[in-house]
Amino acid sequence: MAHAQVQEHAAQGQQHAHVEGQQHPIGIYLKIWGLLFVLSALSYAVDYFHFQGYLRWFLIIVFMLLKAGLIVAVFMHMMWERLALMYAILVPTLLLMVLVGIGALEADYTFFTRGVFFVKQLL
Amino acid sequence: MAQTNPTDTLEPAPLPEGVQGIVSDWSSDQRAFKNVPWGKAMMWIFLLSDTFIFSSFLISYMTVRMSTTEPWPNVSEVFALTLFGQKIPLILIAIMTFILISSSGTMAMAVKFGYEKNKRMTFILLLITAALGATFVGMQAFEWTKLIEDGVRPWGNPMGAAQFGSSFFMITGFHGTHVSIGVIFLIIVAIKVLRGDLDHERPGFLTGRKGNYEMVEIMGLYWHFVDLVWVFIFAVFYLW
Repeated sequence: MAHAQVQEHAAQGQQHAHVEGQQHPIGIYLKIWGLLFVLSALSYAVDYFHFQGYLRWFLIIVFMLLKAGLIVAVFMHMMWERLALMYAILVPTLLLMVLVGIGALEADYTFFTRGVFFVKQLL
Repeated sequence: MAQTNPTDTLEPAPLPEGVQGIVSDWSSDQRAFKNVPWGKAMMWIFLLSDTFIFSSFLISYMTVRMSTTEPWPNVSEVFALTLFGQKIPLILIAIMTFILISSSGTMAMAVKFGYEKNKRMTFILLLITAALGATFVGMQAFEWTKLIEDGVRPWGNPMGAAQFGSSFFMITGFHGTHVSIGVIFLIIVAIKVLRGDLDHERPGFLTGRKGNYEMVEIMGLYWHFVDLVWVFIFAVFYLW
């Protein structure tokens, strides 16, 4: 893919063009665009048809991650970058999972203490 | 690789791929991010830091929502609109989502036409992107007005848990600010494209850096990121 990009540039005889430029056929953007539309419609349908419980969560998160992945990989050209950049940007975001875990634990605890202290006072 | 342009500054030896490539890129005693202009690497690093800011907002929202003992307002109904005499749940947010995704599509194509030096198409697509972004912000302003009229405040609301208002205004406000800045940024880049600043490598007004079409791609990275954040907000705030 990288070779094709370089050749395309060279073939067009652009003296000032940088070899770093990302050149991809327009079709791929249109296809991804269409896919994003479909995925958004599907996530809206999850709410519209009142899916509940674990199924709702599963569908919402799957559609969310698919959309995010498509945007980063194709629209932001991440799939054509070198691994050094890919890892430098994508791996640190995994740390956020730890923060989600801490947040959830803390929230459970706060909810529990609120139940014990506040609700009793009301009775 | 046969017909490489002599003016290209391409590294003579092919770069190693895979894990070997990561090690050699990072230990090369040169720039670690090969094959990308430094501006693009810097934009990615900025976006990573912005990811952490938005994640902090979304994770705090998760924490307050999970820990509140009051019922959370029914988001599906709060953001419903009456269209053609029918009440459609969450329709405003769905339209906003489609608008933002469309703007991402036009942005991606603007980047493509930019690298092809197609000035006219790049300019038109950048303007369409900016217009869609401005529409999005307009609809968000409408949404805010509606909620404020319904009595939603950062410290409380008539529908349930007070945390709803604070997370809503904080998260969508911060995202809307990003979109607004992006629209301004898009218009500036569009004008530069139209004037031919990028073709003639004219120095920029603020930084004095030479213009080139990588700017359009770097602008695009920011814009797609704004769309990316909306994907997460849409899923966890509006669909939860």
